[in-house]
Amino acid sequence: MGRSALKPSLLAVSIALQGGINEARAEFSGSVSVEQRYFLQDAIYTAQPRAQSSVALSPEWFTEWSDGDNTLVFKPFYRFDQEDSERTHYDIRELIWTHLGQSYEFRAGVGKVFWGQTESLHLVDIINQTDLVDAIDFEAKLGQPMVSFSYYFDAGTLSAFVLPYFRERTFSGVQGRLRPMVPISNDVAFYESDDEQSHVDYALRWQQSIGDWEIGLSYFTGTNREPLLINTGSIEAGDLELFPYYELIDQYGIDLLWVNDSWLYKFEGIHRESETVSFFAGVAGLEYTWVGALGSNYDLGWLIEYQYDERDSNFFVPSQNDLMLGVRWVWNDFDSTEILFGFIQDLDNTNSYNAYLEASTRMTENWKWTMNGYFFATEDIENPYYFIRRDDHVEFNVEFFF
Amino acid sequence: MFKCNQLVMGAILGVAVAFSSTTFADEAEGLRIAKERKARDEGWEDSSANTTMILRNANGQESERELRVYTLEVPEQGDKSLTVFDSPADIKGTAFLSFSYISEPDDQWMYLPKLKRVKRISTQNKSGPFMSSEFAYEDMSSFEIDKFKFDFVKTDTFEGQQVYVVEQVPTDQFSGYSKQVVYIDTQEYRPLKTDYYDKKGSLLKTLVLEDYKLYSDKYWRPTASVMTNVQTGKSTTLIINEISLKTGEVDERNFDENRLKRVR
Repeated sequence: MGRSALKPSLLAVSIALQGGINEARAEFSGSVSVEQRYFLQDAIYTAQPRAQSSVALSPEWFTEWSDGDNTLVFKPFYRFDQEDSERTHYDIRELIWTHLGQSYEFRAGVGKVFWGQTESLHLVDIINQTDLVDAIDFEAKLGQPMVSFSYYFDAGTLSAFVLPYFRERTFSGVQGRLRPMVPISNDVAFYESDDEQSHVDYALRWQQSIGDWEIGLSYFTGTNREPLLINTGSIEAGDLELFPYYELIDQYGIDLLWVNDSWLYKFEGIHRESETVSFFAGVAGLEYTWVGALGSNYDLGWLIEYQYDERDSNFFVPSQNDLMLGVRWVWNDFDSTEILFGFIQDLDNTNSYNAYLEASTRMTENWKWTMNGYFFATEDIENPYYFIRRDDHVEFNVEFFF
Repeated sequence: MFKCNQLVMGAILGVAVAFSSTTFADEAEGLRIAKERKARDEGWEDSSANTTMILRNANGQESERELRVYTLEVPEQGDKSLTVFDSPADIKGTAFLSFSYISEPDDQWMYLPKLKRVKRISTQNKSGPFMSSEFAYEDMSSFEIDKFKFDFVKTDTFEGQQVYVVEQVPTDQFSGYSKQVVYIDTQEYRPLKTDYYDKKGSLLKTLVLEDYKLYSDKYWRPTASVMTNVQTGKSTTLIINEISLKTGEVDERNFDENRLKRVR
């Protein structure tokens, strides 16, 4: 195989990159996706659909200058939903300038930050608000305005964040599924702080790899990303309304990962204090990957995680004493086919469990499809899944990358 | 014929000479060749390469990936490498960071840009395929003397060049191989071919390194590395479109798991 076999476009890439990692460059990329949700059962609440289509656009501009010491990323996001007007929404996922010094990094703008190690629950991760209307798995995040400074030294990385503006969580509207009996308001929210969304939050994080260990310690003080729900009116009178209430909190977090042979051991724990509650929550688990399972080309990853939370359950906190079992099946094929199945059992109530299935594969160089399934079961009226017990659904997503 | 002669010789000598001393001599020669191979490839400091990875299945269908590979030479510790994927589009920006160590398992991390998440890779995964290719993670890590026990087998010819045939047995219990047989040319001490044997002792893969070019008047790099899985018929070709060594321009700051998230 010689160089002549390469396509012209690939040669163009290599010419553009001739200067190596330090040369200035600009890029435009992104994706467009079409998503179809199908709910397996009729809705509990009136106005809710059985099927739901949507289109999402996610372009990204990137530029760097002064030998890569400065970068700028702009990543807007827009989703149009055929049924739920609240799910038709736009966001600036990222619009951030990064300056890299010899031993520090300075960032200012709207960004996304992930902290943590476990798979089934992200307790420590707190910088970004969850874009819940966009994805029920809590993995979609809203862009967070921030100024951050990270210092790299022998004992790890120390990062400080100033978060000058608060983003409210997004919720399904009247025509959306995956909501309580009445929609949670997207228009009105209540705050403990008189500054409301303008309250300035702060966070600190230290992170370090030491041999087989990955260690993260974090502290956050400010507006809780996870709201409490307050209601006015009543179901009987037909004027029930639900509003998010955002408390001020202090949260201490620890996340650990230990690599031992073929095993990964993971732990995340938080202690959170607010005016109304002071509690501990943790998730601990392990992951074993069987490379070339049964002499095949497949990898099978087994996941077990135990979730614990001192709080009583509320709409956003379903896991008090739950066990997650998961299997990740990686095909190692051209198309990067992967299937992840997870099952979470409530250990306090055998009738309460939920499950998810995530499968994806590439169709061509630029096209990819994803299929996600989410299943919820409970007969316990106290369990948050009670509201969405009939919202089992499968979503099929086709995405074009440019 | 040669083999036969060796056997006869061995039988005759075996009476007079203890086996251990014969073995010792072969090990010493194997180690000498390995050390010379390593010594001739020292001092390149850093490299940055634009590479095309061509995956091929048993039916001859192909799929291509574009990647950039940055490497830092770290003497007496093991090299550091950073691989960034530019295509296919859905994995663009995925980065793989590896710290090789001479006498302990490598540290490896993968950065997933969509989730903005850096994931540590477990030690045993080293025998697993690197990004669906026929290269295992361990095949991507740097050649270090203490990673193997060497044994010189014979001198032979490979594609018209005189080669040393050296058997190397991985010292790491989590290696996916029982042994590797390397064909090293006697002139420049470049590996031209490596046969990888699985844990059962059967031939699993063959790596052929083609079209060596000289860089900075001292360092040889193959233009194409073809890894063929002889058990499945699948193969992966890594083509170096462009490489520069000893530039001093590879950004050392990027070789940090905490900074993987800003690598583009």
